Amino acid sequence: MRDRFLIFCGLFLFLALFTYPVWHGIAAHTSTRGPELKLPANQTSCVAPLSYMRSAHMQLLIEWRDGAVREHHLRYTAYDGKSYKVSLTNTCLGQCHGSKQQFCDRCHQYAGISTPYCWDCHQDVAPSAANATVASAAGRHP
Amino acid sequence: MKVTRKNFLRLLAGSAASAAAAGAGKVVQAIRSSLPAAPRWGMAIDFSKCPKGCDACTKACRLAHNVPQIPDPNHEVKWIWEEPYENVFPSQPAEFGRQDLAGSQLLVLCNHCADPPCTRVCPTQATWKRDDGIVMMDYHRCIGCRYCMAACPYGSRSFNWVDPRPYVETANPQYPTRTKGVVEKCNFCAERLADGLLPACVEACPEKALIFGDLHDENSAVRQALRSRYGVRRQPELGTDPSVFYLV
Repeated sequence: MRDRFLIFCGLFLFLALFTYPVWHGIAAHTSTRGPELKLPANQTSCVAPLSYMRSAHMQLLIEWRDGAVREHHLRYTAYDGKSYKVSLTNTCLGQCHGSKQQFCDRCHQYAGISTPYCWDCHQDVAPSAANATVASAAGRHP
Repeated sequence: MKVTRKNFLRLLAGSAASAAAAGAGKVVQAIRSSLPAAPRWGMAIDFSKCPKGCDACTKACRLAHNVPQIPDPNHEVKWIWEEPYENVFPSQPAEFGRQDLAGSQLLVLCNHCADPPCTRVCPTQATWKRDDGIVMMDYHRCIGCRYCMAACPYGSRSFNWVDPRPYVETANPQYPTRTKGVVEKCNFCAERLADGLLPACVEACPEKALIFGDLHDENSAVRQALRSRYGVRRQPELGTDPSVFYLV
């Protein structure tokens, strides 16, 4: 048992390295905390129930995208009967969420998802509330 | 001829069938006539009214659609711009006739052809003709192959060789920008038409030189203009049937 010291040192090192992620998480207070999202101040419901939006907002956005661009479906009736203009920047950001950095990015970062390429074209600058009010589609055509 | 039971039933069935067919035909006709005919958006350009040096329409389009202003001519992105007469009407040189037109600048934009060659060659259907005649782009689907640019005989399409965002002078948050690697062009302000507004260029023109409307509606402003003036189209011999007319 002359090597007892070395064996225990090795064991300690192994355990320390093996459990490092756990200690690091505890020290940084990150392992149990979810993302800090800035929720819309003046809205209580989204275009679909929260659980659906959490897991499938990307599918809804793809449906919106294809519907608006290809099928000319520019309005969306939500599950609660409210009607919304189909627009990522003007409706999602402009009417409710306000900031991509404080909502979309924080959750994506937490989940380890790289920023989707929606924002390569769609702007993350929320237009002012006045600009977001879009004239009714029933207006006069030339 | 003696009317047997069999013949009587035959006669009955035959007349019932012909009555049903005639009725169905009438119903189909009635439905067809009650449906509103899809519009075909078109434009007439009264270029004699265009003041020299005026770029109100180009500027309005740039602001409405975040069209970048890239100084390098190889990377330029254009929706509505001016071209010399010789480039706009290459098969109608102003050699002997209207010599004043030679060298003059004319407005050009996507012609929104009724038979667009660009849509036919697109391998992903990223560009297609809508029911209202607008040749649309779906930037989400565009893979940047530039077949459409090769097919368009008017050079109405531009390719984003570089990220256009740094070159957008005042970003309009109401409309997306484009990204590197997609083709773009005039969309006849489809997003404004959906809100019942006229295209940005038409609205911005101080001289009312751009006349926009439904070519299928004989009372529309564009049809009235085409009735009173002679309108020529760019290279009609190609059979693309453009929706943009130049009033002479």
